[in-house]
Amino acid sequence: MIVEEGDYFPKKATEGLTGIHFKYIVVKGLRLSREPKTKQGVFMDKKKWVTELAKIVGVGNVLSAREDLIVYECDGHTIDKAPPDVVVFPTSTQQVVDIVKFAHREKIPFIGRGAGTGLSGGALPLQGGIIIEFCKMNRILEIDYENKRAVVEPGVVNLHLSEALSEQGYYYVPDPSSQASCTIGGNIAENSGGPHTLKYGVTTNHVLGLEVVLPDGEVIQVGGKMEDPLGYDLTGILVGSEGTFGLVTKAMVRIMRKPEAVKTLLGIFDTVDDASSTVSGIIARGIIPGALEMMDNLVIQAVEAATQIGYPLDAGAVLIIELDGFKEGMEELADQIIQVCKENRVREVRVARSEEERAIIWKGRKGAFSAIGRLSPTYYTQDGVIPRTRLPEVLRKIAEISQKYGLRIPNVFHAGDGNLHPLILFDLRDKKQVEKALEAGREILKVCVDVGGSITGEHGIGIEKNNYMPWIFTPEDLEAMRRVKAVFNPDNLLNPGKVFPTSKGCSAEAKFYGKVA
Amino acid sequence: METAESKVLNLGFDNIDPPNYDRILGCIHCGLCLQKCPTYRELGVEADSPRGRIYLIKSVADGILSINEKFVDHMYLCLDCRACETACPSGVHFGEIMEAARGQIERNWKRPFLTRLIRDTVFKGIFPYPKRIKLLASLLRFYQRSGLQSFVRRSGLLKILPGDLEQMEQMLPPLPASAGNLPEVVPAKGEKKYRVGLISGCVMNEMFPFIHQATLKVLTENGCEVVIPKYQNCCGALNIHGGVREVAKKMARNNIDVFERARVDFIIINAAGCGSTLKEYGILLEHDPNYAEKAKTFSRKVRDISEFLVKISFKKPTQEIRKRVTYDDPCHLIHGQKISKQPRIILESIPGLELVELKEADWCCGSAGIYNITHPEMSMKLLERKMACIKATQADIIATGNPGCILQIRMGVQKHGMSAEVLHPVELLAQAYE
Repeated sequence: MIVEEGDYFPKKATEGLTGIHFKYIVVKGLRLSREPKTKQGVFMDKKKWVTELAKIVGVGNVLSAREDLIVYECDGHTIDKAPPDVVVFPTSTQQVVDIVKFAHREKIPFIGRGAGTGLSGGALPLQGGIIIEFCKMNRILEIDYENKRAVVEPGVVNLHLSEALSEQGYYYVPDPSSQASCTIGGNIAENSGGPHTLKYGVTTNHVLGLEVVLPDGEVIQVGGKMEDPLGYDLTGILVGSEGTFGLVTKAMVRIMRKPEAVKTLLGIFDTVDDASSTVSGIIARGIIPGALEMMDNLVIQAVEAATQIGYPLDAGAVLIIELDGFKEGMEELADQIIQVCKENRVREVRVARSEEERAIIWKGRKGAFSAIGRLSPTYYTQDGVIPRTRLPEVLRKIAEISQKYGLRIPNVFHAGDGNLHPLILFDLRDKKQVEKALEAGREILKVCVDVGGSITGEHGIGIEKNNYMPWIFTPEDLEAMRRVKAVFNPDNLLNPGKVFPTSKGCSAEAKFYGKVA
Repeated sequence: METAESKVLNLGFDNIDPPNYDRILGCIHCGLCLQKCPTYRELGVEADSPRGRIYLIKSVADGILSINEKFVDHMYLCLDCRACETACPSGVHFGEIMEAARGQIERNWKRPFLTRLIRDTVFKGIFPYPKRIKLLASLLRFYQRSGLQSFVRRSGLLKILPGDLEQMEQMLPPLPASAGNLPEVVPAKGEKKYRVGLISGCVMNEMFPFIHQATLKVLTENGCEVVIPKYQNCCGALNIHGGVREVAKKMARNNIDVFERARVDFIIINAAGCGSTLKEYGILLEHDPNYAEKAKTFSRKVRDISEFLVKISFKKPTQEIRKRVTYDDPCHLIHGQKISKQPRIILESIPGLELVELKEADWCCGSAGIYNITHPEMSMKLLERKMACIKATQADIIATGNPGCILQIRMGVQKHGMSAEVLHPVELLAQAYE
């Protein structure tokens, strides 16, 4: 029996075998290591790649053994998988340039990677080739408090930057839930959001300029340290290009002074409906909290199991409402919010009394996705966006979809900006459940699009939602995007196969079935 | 829950205690553990991160990889410090998965002859037998005091020994004079409130008799009658970390029987690494029909000394200790048993003592059982990182509750020519009870 690539569960063939048979299957079942493939059919011995790359970064900074590579075959999105042929760890812009020039010359596909926490397969080397892993380019090069900016290398961990700024009372605002691990480079590629985007915007609003290595090895600088860049806003184009336009080697980012005061409230509701009406009510009063997050009952149970901070297990939903800004007037705002909560039948409002209590509330929220691992071995994360006003209606529809497919769908999301994260729970080992989960996911996104929303808020398109792109964009829209991509990445060697639909008429399900089944 | 399917899926492992597939699937690949893993932080290599290691184990279970040298290296470069368990919102029991994988390695992977010989001698020939540990300790004392050690070191004889042994010789701390046998029962001072058992352990007994004396003093002062059963043996932690599970199970069964006969309310342990293992006998023996329940009962009674003292509202000490003290969390206390406040409460209760927080106190010092012998390079990197933080505190005393960590940090202190003392928190408490 030969285990097919991507076929992870060859159970039938092995039933009833023990002892020596196991060994036999293991040997026969080894996936043959991938032939070095290059796009234009130019072949170069993989061993030579390693030698050439080792000349650039040193032997210790190249990985090529199968055991070392297999762990790079997926990131936070685990439904699709593809291993690289080699992983390199550059430590300077010049090394990145040399690697890219080599790949370009030999026509080898290549891709940048930070911590591999992305949820749309952005760091997946679909055609194999080289992964350029930036975790060793992790220096904070410059902090300029007076002018509120910092220059960092792409491998700096998001939270580490805020920690470095903390003593002086500053922080880096975008705070995706993975901030304890994810890198600034990855955040820039995916234009990451986080709970505080409601008030402060996403990553692109905090990037002033970039140093970028283009796919042919040329180094350019876009934007700069100044607040108002001249000329075309190329920074805007590069941020969120999902690693398909260039590799960031340096980022000039905005830093902000920590708010003078922060007040974090936890509203506990009997029903999701009441909680969503509260969200609309708060925004309708013209209050923009720093964050406005919702978790439903299933998520509450998982988070409580993970943190034991005393969420009531029978609550229908909780809202985390965080106010930040000047001390003055904050109490009044909080009172107004509590008033709105009461109007919507809130069971209880808790106020964090210390920084410690606030931290623990956020720890629960930021670990919520991962805590779902306690409820189910696998789940499928959605990232739909809807107009805030349609929240109750869409949540009801998701509940209907959950019932229809017999799958549990907990919800944790940025309620304030209508960015939903329904998590469809299923067991990857059950083929029927996989089909149902994918179908349910598709239906949820369809609902989002139908109410005037979109298929992704912050996780990116990647390989996960590329085939849903035609739901949002016309062929002409997509063509315009393709032409922009061709300017930066004409040979399509950098991160190929992402963002754009892979084949006309080929439904997304077919792609998934092929991969998982 | 183990399904029929998950059993079939363990392709690359044999049937004796394979890593539990359902628990492997608990890792949802989010990566929130990465920055808390000392080896990932040093190397940046995914296969040396908790997420990567679980992925490798899963790949072997799936039959995609086989157990080979590379796999073994990645599994053993792990410190088993479990910092990833504290970081994991999904509640993955990494230590359990890793220990099971190492058990598979030791059965299905052939090490070079000499390594095998040393490992077998240590894990199978010495640790299970308290008498042999005693004998070995006496031999070592003789070796150190007779002048033989300095002769051997000067002679260059060590150069012909394989790497591990030479390293071991170098790290050997001077052994204190033997404290002799501990009494079997020590009566409580004043009114008897509890009857507790004390795990005397292997290394602790020979190298740290003072810690045991301090523990006895503290316990009896707090109304405990302490039983130290004679026929107990080492807890088996090092065997489990080294993948020699079957021997560890034997040792566990003996301890369970011995302490069952002792009829104690609680079983007290003053070594973090052992405590973590003792509390997991229930998992180690979960498939043993005769011992599964007994093991759980045993584990439920186990308390770290600091955990126990705080729980019973220990007697406040009166004697002053005017020292600047910092506390380093042993990994198997903070991550393995989620105990971090209690030792600090104890230290803070001592009059005059100034407790300064240590940066990265929850970070492994590199000791990790026998890791500093098997992986000296990584171990030293971590020790240097720890020493930099310790220096910044300018403490006179570094307190930590695990023999391995005490030895490692003492080595760091010596290397850096510092004068700080490294002590167990109960030693300080005992002093303050004077």
